Amino acid sequence: MAYSEKVIDHYSNPKNVGTLDKSKNNVGTGLVGAPECGDVMRLQIEVDQESGLIKDAKFKTFGCGSAIASSSLATEWLKGKTVDQALSIDNMDIVEELNLPPVKIHCSVLAEDAIKAAINDYRVKNGLPELVAEKKAH
Amino acid sequence: MELKLPIYLDNNATTPMDPRVLDAMIPYFTEKFGNAASRNHSFGWVAEEAVDYAREQVAKLIGADPKEIIFTSGATEGDNLAIKGVYEMYASKGNHIITCTTEHKAVLDTCKHIEKEGGQVTYLPVQADGLIDLKELEAAITDKTILITIMYGNNETGVVQPIREISKIARKHGVLFFTDGTQAVGKIPVDVNADGIDLMAFSGHKMYGPKGVGALYVRRKNPRVKVTAQMDGGGHERGMRSGTLNVPAIVGFGKACELCMNEMESEAKRLSVMRDRLESALLELEEAYVNGNREHRLPHVTNISFKYVEGEGLMMGFNKNIALSSGSACTSASLEPSYVLKALGLGDDLAHSSLRFGLGRFTTDEQIDFTINAVKTTVLKLREMSPLWEMFKEGIDLNSIEWAHH
Repeated sequence: MAYSEKVIDHYSNPKNVGTLDKSKNNVGTGLVGAPECGDVMRLQIEVDQESGLIKDAKFKTFGCGSAIASSSLATEWLKGKTVDQALSIDNMDIVEELNLPPVKIHCSVLAEDAIKAAINDYRVKNGLPELVAEKKAH
Repeated sequence: MELKLPIYLDNNATTPMDPRVLDAMIPYFTEKFGNAASRNHSFGWVAEEAVDYAREQVAKLIGADPKEIIFTSGATEGDNLAIKGVYEMYASKGNHIITCTTEHKAVLDTCKHIEKEGGQVTYLPVQADGLIDLKELEAAITDKTILITIMYGNNETGVVQPIREISKIARKHGVLFFTDGTQAVGKIPVDVNADGIDLMAFSGHKMYGPKGVGALYVRRKNPRVKVTAQMDGGGHERGMRSGTLNVPAIVGFGKACELCMNEMESEAKRLSVMRDRLESALLELEEAYVNGNREHRLPHVTNISFKYVEGEGLMMGFNKNIALSSGSACTSASLEPSYVLKALGLGDDLAHSSLRFGLGRFTTDEQIDFTINAVKTTVLKLREMSPLWEMFKEGIDLNSIEWAHH
């Protein structure tokens, strides 16, 4: 199975690899997936609390090229969005942007889950109720 | 020598054909095209003579008599013919077969088929090093056991089973012993008499011969073994395998066996030196582990898990230049990680992190140097990107985390 050029590009030059200080109140961390399944994503957002905008996003991913590309793309899309706007990122947008084949759709689902988990972590830290995500089939 | 790219290190999947094999085959596609079963004219005689010669070349490599060689389309057919053929032929003696969990699918799925037919199959587990436990084997034998089927060398790990000990146990209990020799024949010395093998399947394309041809060795003496044919037709191959013989492929297979016979010893030495060099260089990386027994192993294979990086992601870092395979789920159609590695007791995470290196006749030192460098660089790069590596480095026990299994 050949990878799309966009997947190869994100894999070769991943954007925003790294770690934010998870102890900070304005940093939300999402850790999703499981080592046994061959994919683990950790996605973090740092929110500028005055403007409500996501000023930084970082990821680390254990997984195949498509999982790495999905998380790299997600961090790019997150930056500059408000937390509410970030919630609207849909896994199918990632599938479309990266031209993921059907067997790799779960990578995009994982990226969406990671975004939601990071946002929820941020919300809980800041006294907001946790959002209950509608469950997508993996 | 100049570095030749891309590098092929997937020789357990298939091998390139040796040009000398091709040279031997070419006349049999065109001017010597006869049907080996045409008894009444020279075209047939020429073809038959070529098949007879190839049969001798194949037999010689495994220490068999040429009459004991049944040409097939490959090892999958040989596995099917041996297991189903014995099951049907010896139905009056019993219906129990013993195999093990790390066998190739061609054996395992054939055994499942036998179970559907009402047969009994015992799937022996393997130990952490991939070897079966001989005591468990012997304990599994019942008065209904007709066949033990244990592979010679494993396709994923290269682990070589204790064939002679297995055959002794089989003999002692009057049970036939079949081995899938696909990965071993032509790579290490295999002798059906010294090894006590009653039936053995192997294949041309794993030993620098053509695809679509293989052989089933069926012992004729002490004991005389018979299998029920699985295909009806003209009664070729002593009635055990009907179908017009694929003369050019058989000629190539014979030539490939002859080359292995002559070159195996020096080739195995050369490849094991290269394999060991590759392996020890890669084991310089932290948290890298060899899967399977390192002593009882084919000389050209190593299977290594690089903890905290995922196999497919790893291969993507160099698959433009290096071809190899991984036990990662993502590379298989089933999305399940390697059942062979899991049978060795590896967690799914380590199975996902494995790469199989299969060296071959045309592998060069320069290619090994390139591979060492590419794999090391990519492992280090992906670990920098891996949340699991970061947690490991912080001393977090990954088992203490509640993972969201999906």
